[in-house]
Amino acid sequence: MQRGLSQLSHTTKLGLTEIRVAGFGGQGVILAAIVIGKAAAIFEGAYATMTQSFGPEARGGSSAAQVILSGEPILYPYVTQPDILVVMSQEAYAVFSKQLKPGGILIVEQDLVRIDHPPQGVRFYGVPATRLAEELGRKVVLNIVMVGFFAAVTHVLEPDSLRKAVADSVPPAMQKLNLQAFDKGFEYGAELVHRMAEGGGDAEQVLTLESEA
Amino acid sequence: MHADPKGVLTGVHFLDGDHACCEGTLAAGARFAAGYPITPSTEVVERFAWRIPTVGGIFIQMEDELAASIAIQGAVWGGAKAFTVTSGPGFSLMMEHIGYAAITETPCVFVNVQRGGPSTGLPTLPAQADMMQAKWGSHGDYSIIALCPNSPQECFDLTVTGFNLAEEFRVPVMMMLDECVGHMTEKVIIPESDQIAITPRRFTHESPEEFRLFKPKEDLVPDMVKAGDGYRFHVTGLTHDERGYPSMNVETQDRLVRRMQDKLKPFSNGRALFEAVDLDDAEVVVVSYGITSRVAQRATQMARAQGVRAGIFRIISAWPFPEQHIRDLAGRVKAFVVPELNLGQMVHEVERHTAGRAKVISVPHAGGSVHKPEVILKAILEAAR
Amino acid sequence: MSEAMLDTPLDPALDPTLDPMNNATNPVEPFLRMDRMPHIWCPGCGIGTTVNCFARALESSKLDLNKVAIVSGIGCTGRVAGYANLDSFHTTHGRAIPFATGLKLSNPELQVVVYSGDGDLFAIGGNHFIHAARRNMDIKVICVNNLTYAMTGGQTGPATPTEVISATSPYGVFEPSFNLVQLAEAAGASYVARWTTYHVKQLARSMEEVLHKKGFCFIEVLSPCPTLYQRRNKMGDGLDAMKFYKEVSKVRNGASTGECALTKSGEIVVGKFVDRDRPDYMELLNRQMTATLGERYATPEVTCSEG
Repeated sequence: MQRGLSQLSHTTKLGLTEIRVAGFGGQGVILAAIVIGKAAAIFEGAYATMTQSFGPEARGGSSAAQVILSGEPILYPYVTQPDILVVMSQEAYAVFSKQLKPGGILIVEQDLVRIDHPPQGVRFYGVPATRLAEELGRKVVLNIVMVGFFAAVTHVLEPDSLRKAVADSVPPAMQKLNLQAFDKGFEYGAELVHRMAEGGGDAEQVLTLESEA
Repeated sequence: MHADPKGVLTGVHFLDGDHACCEGTLAAGARFAAGYPITPSTEVVERFAWRIPTVGGIFIQMEDELAASIAIQGAVWGGAKAFTVTSGPGFSLMMEHIGYAAITETPCVFVNVQRGGPSTGLPTLPAQADMMQAKWGSHGDYSIIALCPNSPQECFDLTVTGFNLAEEFRVPVMMMLDECVGHMTEKVIIPESDQIAITPRRFTHESPEEFRLFKPKEDLVPDMVKAGDGYRFHVTGLTHDERGYPSMNVETQDRLVRRMQDKLKPFSNGRALFEAVDLDDAEVVVVSYGITSRVAQRATQMARAQGVRAGIFRIISAWPFPEQHIRDLAGRVKAFVVPELNLGQMVHEVERHTAGRAKVISVPHAGGSVHKPEVILKAILEAAR
Repeated sequence: MSEAMLDTPLDPALDPTLDPMNNATNPVEPFLRMDRMPHIWCPGCGIGTTVNCFARALESSKLDLNKVAIVSGIGCTGRVAGYANLDSFHTTHGRAIPFATGLKLSNPELQVVVYSGDGDLFAIGGNHFIHAARRNMDIKVICVNNLTYAMTGGQTGPATPTEVISATSPYGVFEPSFNLVQLAEAAGASYVARWTTYHVKQLARSMEEVLHKKGFCFIEVLSPCPTLYQRRNKMGDGLDAMKFYKEVSKVRNGASTGECALTKSGEIVVGKFVDRDRPDYMELLNRQMTATLGERYATPEVTCSEG
């Protein structure tokens, strides 16, 4: 019942998609996962189950959240082999990159993560999310920049659903800033995808390692 | 009666089980909570502390679980619907007051978000190893109701149900979440308040002169009063007569303890809450509850794909145990497979009521995670052989 | 009414209600569940005396007795709730205070009195005592201190003075004991007093005073246990206890509670030690919520309706 990623962007019915978002404490990892889950569950009428690591291990240091999206009820709640991995720290990359499913998508905060041994057979996208967030004057919205970028490069969910989920997940006073952050990440991603489609894949930013796509 | 709209957060939400449970308490009409922080349950009262000042009620953080579990009972006798929330070690500390609630027939709700034990165990990781404790943890003979949600949506729905059952039967109700369900975030739909049925407290209509605090009605449950209404009643944890006065004799003890057990019989006979999936043609039935029931369902799907007719009997009300359903199934299936996040607790109940008429296979797991579906699948395939 | 209930007729000539021969018309009867008499207390026990004082305090307080609730823990004094003709709660050992906390918060128009013993309130329930005092919870705590666990046979408790012989200290108590009034003051109580069962008038007056005082109030009443404590320590019977109290008690209102520690046979400082005004829990709660939430704050309405 598992669908390949290639099908995801072409089907109206959401296939089972496992996503892991990871980074360090304070980056808004959990909120990023909530936005993705909420977009699917509330704004697309699909199913989403989010889990996260808790306890002392989640205070400072590393932080990780998992979201499973599906057009059908989700039974097993934990992610085993993510289709999409979003990482915002070197440590998270080191821990989780090997678990990414072959043919999966790796999204990184490119200024914070150095890809030394890229996993084989994954599509890889980088975004300078912290820098883009800083351009908006608030570094804290880097997580929402990542979500915008995620929307542009994965096509798993409608960008509009994700945008609504962002607005729904932050306090009213922070809405404008976060929506700007989302748009900034989305535009960056859309441009990247466009450049790739033009055939001018920027080798420094996009590394497509096809082994079994 | 319907829910008071003040407490009902109507809408579609993306909530974890703990937060959904809190919304359930508010929708059910709880306006008093006492708690003591303990992982992985604290989010329930954190949300209550955040929500209740604008709804109109009180949250108090007590000095320990002993205090929290009796403060709620003081609040109930003051007229409130009240609950407390805890996990493993705190649940152990609350045991005496579960007995007090049972013998004083104080309707109240204990939420236990189960984590790995014994002792401090695995504070942040799931288990389902307090199931027997929920039933037997306090000393003496008594009866309680325990409910096991398997999703945030059910954490909301069943919490409302739990409060209603507490009022109907005047028993402590245990909401037996597990860490996984408590911390899992999913879509939760909270209906309009007029779509939420609420069981009101059974306040007596008798005058103080004719009223007897523990005189059972036809359903064996006595009506209730609250302090301050002129009834000048007495409540004690001692064995007591219908007036509520201590009475240390064999007859009173027998009458009281039997009635406390018998009053839940209607619930065990026919009103048990469960979910049946693919049972019509099942040769192997997986009996499970809480988060394990979801993993089990994936396993039965895998089994069906391999040609084994597997089904699910999901226990929702674990106590009183849905014994009639197990007895009925035992006569027509080959085997029960019982996965649980403990080394075998509810499986003993399944065995007891199967009485040798079908194979019963335990699939234990010490907790800290959930079963791999393949592990349950393996047991199903074995059972089918 | 049995003899023990009225075993301390200090001066019947001055106060006819203290005359055991006068019990047919005893004015405290309306405050007691007469259908539960006789009570369980031993001859010479002081608990009945304190109950008598409490009944008189209730009477003179003019409070609506339908709005007074009494909560006890476990032990000899724990049985008081069962004899008071009020909404009354006999709870679990040590937990009268947290029960009373819930009762008071859910139904604030009630005047909630906790009536329990030294072991119940200060050993098993000690943590609750200090926290309720810290919060200035609006409950009135009356501690009948007989210096021992009487119900279980006279074991050492948190208030048993050193050198005393008890069932579990057959060679004499060596652990230091709590000075209850000092503990209460340090924890934040609004009102702190100590009397003995010899001081019935002062005790009744203190009880009446706290029934009209907001916040956490504490009254310690030293009370004899002839059956266990006094017998083991060769201190005579109930009457000997009265003589002892009369002899060694010094009334010192306003005394520093730190200088009021009790010893086996030394001076007993009695009096009202603390009477101060602090905002109570509900006041603090309302203040904080109003300050932070403004009009969004909904005043607690905790009791549920019938339908």
